[in-house]
Amino acid sequence: MENLNLFIRSIFIDNMIFAYFLGMCSYLAVSKTVKTSLGLGVAVTFVLAITVPVNYLLENYVLKPGALSWLGEGFADVDLSFLSLILFIAVVASIVQLVEMVVEKYSPSLYASLGIFLPLIAVNCAILGGSLFMQQRNFDTVWTATVYGLGSGIGWLLAIVGIAAIREKLAYSNVPAPLRGIGITFIITGLMGIAFMSFLGIKL
Amino acid sequence: MIWKNKEVLLGPLSKNNPVIVQILGICSALAVTSKLEPACVMAVSVIAVVALSNVIISLLRNTIPNSIRIIVQLVVVASLVIIVDQLLKAFAYEVSKQLSVFVGLIITNCIVMGRLEAYALSHNPWDSFLDGIGNGIGYGIILVIVAFFRELLGSGTLFGYHVIPQVFYQWGYENNGLMILPPMALITVACIIWVHRSRNKELQEK
Repeated sequence: MENLNLFIRSIFIDNMIFAYFLGMCSYLAVSKTVKTSLGLGVAVTFVLAITVPVNYLLENYVLKPGALSWLGEGFADVDLSFLSLILFIAVVASIVQLVEMVVEKYSPSLYASLGIFLPLIAVNCAILGGSLFMQQRNFDTVWTATVYGLGSGIGWLLAIVGIAAIREKLAYSNVPAPLRGIGITFIITGLMGIAFMSFLGIKL
Repeated sequence: MIWKNKEVLLGPLSKNNPVIVQILGICSALAVTSKLEPACVMAVSVIAVVALSNVIISLLRNTIPNSIRIIVQLVVVASLVIIVDQLLKAFAYEVSKQLSVFVGLIITNCIVMGRLEAYALSHNPWDSFLDGIGNGIGYGIILVIVAFFRELLGSGTLFGYHVIPQVFYQWGYENNGLMILPPMALITVACIIWVHRSRNKELQEK
């Protein structure tokens, strides 16, 4: 039950894009067609659902003060938490590399349409952000962390597919010249964010 | 030579601004803009990280093998960010609490990686330093403008001091709580883009 609550919360209320603005760069750049953005969304969800639990294990068994105590008495007061940023980003980068190879093998067309943005998932703020929020919130078990990663990913997916669908329709409307392209996308994202705020306060 | 340097330093402030023209680094930018103080700290941190990482990568540019350059860049940036993070925790603990994870997210700030890829890999350290400072300031300006409007309209304060006279409240003026919420950061940036592009017509999209 706790996990379901967290899942719903991380999709709708703590949405990566609307509440924390994480992953905005690829969100703005790739959201021109629904198909591509769906592909990127799935890739991000997948990477988040793997990296958050992996980093959770790393955090709890290597980095935290006293986390190394399973190695023996002498390690009980080792504190490596200052290394967390660099280790997290290394994990993210290697898993992204893995996903890239899988996508290239099984779906060359998706690989071609994602182009440069697939390797750039490594520097997608949503991925590292997921791990950092996980670290900050001190989840109890690795399952909770997995649920959180998956939920955040799905929230991101929803947001990017939504904006892509709106932008496809937007091509037919008459937007003031200075706002065309990126300006109007910002405004729509803001409005979508306000709409998503109506989920605030939901408790399961 | 001097003209060229000036262009490198000042170009990113307006015509080539990383946030509103190149649309980079939005990720970690907007969430810290509900108050001016964290926005300024964030801006200074980013300026330091962009400038220093540009210099370091530019010094190393002839020794880094092309195939592993991304990971080398990430390591350099991550180490700098760790230093900034530890410094903030030591000397400005309150602000570092407010910034929470967003200091760590400077690593994945697209401006940093973008400048390393596009500039530092092919220019000498001094030019790269100026380029880093310029882009950092371009980013900082937008952050401060957004934070200024959000704090002023949202809580009636600047740097925590009340600037809207009490009389206004008696006349029925109210703080606009909506400005504090995340979506308004996006709409504020959209307004900045609107003003900027109506003054620089060549930037408008078809």
